[in-house]
Amino acid sequence: MNEQLTHMASQVTARKMTRREFMGKATALGVSAAMASTLFADAARAAGPNKGGDLKLGLQGGESTNSLDPATYASSVPFQNGKQFGDTLVEVAPDGSIEPRLAESVEGSADAKVWTFKLRQGVEFHNGKTMTSEDVLKTMQRHSNEDSKSGALGIMKGIESMKADGDNFQVTLTEANADLPYLMADYHLIVQPDGGMENPAAGIGTGPYKVEVDEPGVRHLFTKFENHWNPDFGNFDSVEVIVINDATARTAALQSGQVNAINRVEPKVADLLGRAPNLTVHSTAGRGHYVFIMHCDTAPFDNNELRLALKYAINRQELVDKVLRGYGTVGNDMPVNAAYPLFDGSIPQRDFSLEKAAEHYKKSGHDGSPIILRVADGAFPGAVDAAALFQQTAAQAGIPLEIKREPNDGYWSEVWNVQPFCASYWGGRPVQDQMYSTAYLSTADWNDTRFKVPEFDEMLFAARAELDNDKRKDIYSKMGMMVRDQGGLICPMFNDFVEGVSNQLEGWESDPTQEMMNGQMSRKMWFA
Amino acid sequence: MHPIIKLVSQRLALGLLLLFGASALIFGLTEALPGDAAQAVLGQSATPEALANLREEMGLNRPALTRYFEWLGGILQGDLGQSLTNKLDIADSIGKRLGNTLFLACAAAVVSVPLAIFLGLLAVRFRNRWPDKLISAVTLTTVSIPEFLIGYVVIYFVSVKLGWFSSLAMINESMSFGEKLYAITLPAFVLTLVVLAQMMRMTRAAILNLMQSAYIETAELKGLSNFQVIARHAFPNAISPIVNVVMLNLAYLVVGVVVVEVVFVYPGMGQYLVDSVTKRDVPVVLACGVVFAAVYIGLNMVADIVSILANPRLRHPK
Repeated sequence: MNEQLTHMASQVTARKMTRREFMGKATALGVSAAMASTLFADAARAAGPNKGGDLKLGLQGGESTNSLDPATYASSVPFQNGKQFGDTLVEVAPDGSIEPRLAESVEGSADAKVWTFKLRQGVEFHNGKTMTSEDVLKTMQRHSNEDSKSGALGIMKGIESMKADGDNFQVTLTEANADLPYLMADYHLIVQPDGGMENPAAGIGTGPYKVEVDEPGVRHLFTKFENHWNPDFGNFDSVEVIVINDATARTAALQSGQVNAINRVEPKVADLLGRAPNLTVHSTAGRGHYVFIMHCDTAPFDNNELRLALKYAINRQELVDKVLRGYGTVGNDMPVNAAYPLFDGSIPQRDFSLEKAAEHYKKSGHDGSPIILRVADGAFPGAVDAAALFQQTAAQAGIPLEIKREPNDGYWSEVWNVQPFCASYWGGRPVQDQMYSTAYLSTADWNDTRFKVPEFDEMLFAARAELDNDKRKDIYSKMGMMVRDQGGLICPMFNDFVEGVSNQLEGWESDPTQEMMNGQMSRKMWFA
Repeated sequence: MHPIIKLVSQRLALGLLLLFGASALIFGLTEALPGDAAQAVLGQSATPEALANLREEMGLNRPALTRYFEWLGGILQGDLGQSLTNKLDIADSIGKRLGNTLFLACAAAVVSVPLAIFLGLLAVRFRNRWPDKLISAVTLTTVSIPEFLIGYVVIYFVSVKLGWFSSLAMINESMSFGEKLYAITLPAFVLTLVVLAQMMRMTRAAILNLMQSAYIETAELKGLSNFQVIARHAFPNAISPIVNVVMLNLAYLVVGVVVVEVVFVYPGMGQYLVDSVTKRDVPVVLACGVVFAAVYIGLNMVADIVSILANPRLRHPK
């Protein structure tokens, strides 16, 4: 039997046998379907990627109001669009390291203040022009200048000056930052000809696919760009991003083979969907987390005893089991987890404890009036249910929580970062520094827990300037503990990216950075 | 002037006035919603600087009245303006979307209106016997089930299990007419089920009402067959209520199908409007609102005029 299997595998490697034939014959030999599937994947991988075919992605998170202008990207579909037609200077690799893209290499000065990107030569834009360091400079200026409205404006703040110098692009920072390359991997920072100053929504980039059809909220069609600088990227003839916001319609489209992959499989159907023979449900632990946030400077949440009481009163495992149906991991009241580089795994996990909750609640001296928790389903999927579970366990500890339902519409402008206690969601950032700088630094715009501790800020800056990774890890560990024990963040869970992918596709890689392989499916996968 | 022409022009003028009122109302309501386009576009990632820059660029800093009259001035010159959020020309986007919506509505109407009227007549012919009861039971069942559920059930069986039709009713310009029809089969079928009952029941009720009249008895005594009596004598006098309910359902097929659009991923007006409201894209909301209002007003006008034409007493007023 083994000889036969080896022979069949070599047939697959030589592309003389399809998956269907292989699976049929292998199972006839008594090999289990799962085993046969693995054998096939190995053999197919040995053959290397096939070229050709039309990749269709069915995605939630697209609206008729979307634009191709990278500065405006804020949801899944525009994010994926950008990854098709554009490239950034560097990209975060699945293992968390920095991978060169339009920059061949990155070098920081000893004090981590001056960063030089050596640019790849001969890179062609879709309009036929060759990329220069001026294009890079103008792109970065467009995202950081005074009248910028870019989603990347926040991360560009620490830049003092930038210059284009022959083949190099150089950034000088006001404060040292060892993580600058990660900031430059932000998905908004797609290099456009002339920085996209003239027509930012033209959809001209250097990516492996060029824009063919752009119908916001409906579909976006991309065709292969033959002159891409990396011939290994992009195995398909075309990529079509189809906007399917309805979860059931998305699963049906995948099941009936009208799309090859979908994002955001609902946890409650993921198990059932995974049983279908022609597709695989991938669950990838990411950095996104579902949270309840309290303003540390507003009564009654200005009392750390009350904050601790609430943190002890939430049953994290129950939320992971019931709200995420197991597609996630418990949080520890800090915004980072093991998916981050330099994470200290030895920080003790906060457990659900009614006694401790009651004890801290008593110490807080709260007058017993109901504590209002604002929540909407738009905060995160299942937020209302999560709040109800939280209310139940809190009541057992004698803490009166009152849930106030808010409309989804306008939640991010009227409730989040405005009301003192509400449900929210964070998508996570590639590195700890960025996560903490975005939401836990005293001066951060999105400090949605009003966590203002000078000592914490100092540690953050120290870690940023520290190039010794052991020392940085140590500082991050202390910072994590500080947020965990003094902060306004109740972080019950980190959600997984749950995605459905047709078995016709090969080359899946788990990537915790963003959903759908961080937008790299069309570059790295191929049709078996 | 012929009374009919006078009537039509009066109605048209009134309709325009109504449209104007509707646009003012829509503008006022979108202004009253919390947040604005800048905030909605930037969402959770809004920094104060980015917000200020975007507001400046979108012109949201100017007073609401100025913006409304600018928009009104534009539309009077036939310019719907640009979307605030993606800078695309609204007339272009709406043109495509409206075309799709009308295509689906027409397909559903072409099937459902004649079918509903025929079933109504049939129900009268066999009133209180099993065909009547069967027709009523089936149509009332389909109208009572929420349309997304019918949609999902149809998708599950016809698309996922049998693989006969695509569950994605995506259409685009490069498709031939036949391909487009094939693509919209499932949503058109679901919409037909949704609108059938009301029109059928109204036809049945209106005709049954007339069947008690003396002239119907005369026609029966003349020896006409049952179906002839219904079709030739009762139906013409029942046209007025039937046309009214048909027009209402046609209007529904144009403006009320967002749920079916979402389930079948159909690129129509409904989803466009909903997205634009969420993003507070006021010019687009106004444009969509005016188009929808025009459809409603127009179809109701047609219904009125047809009822008048169908009634000799109204046609020749003394």
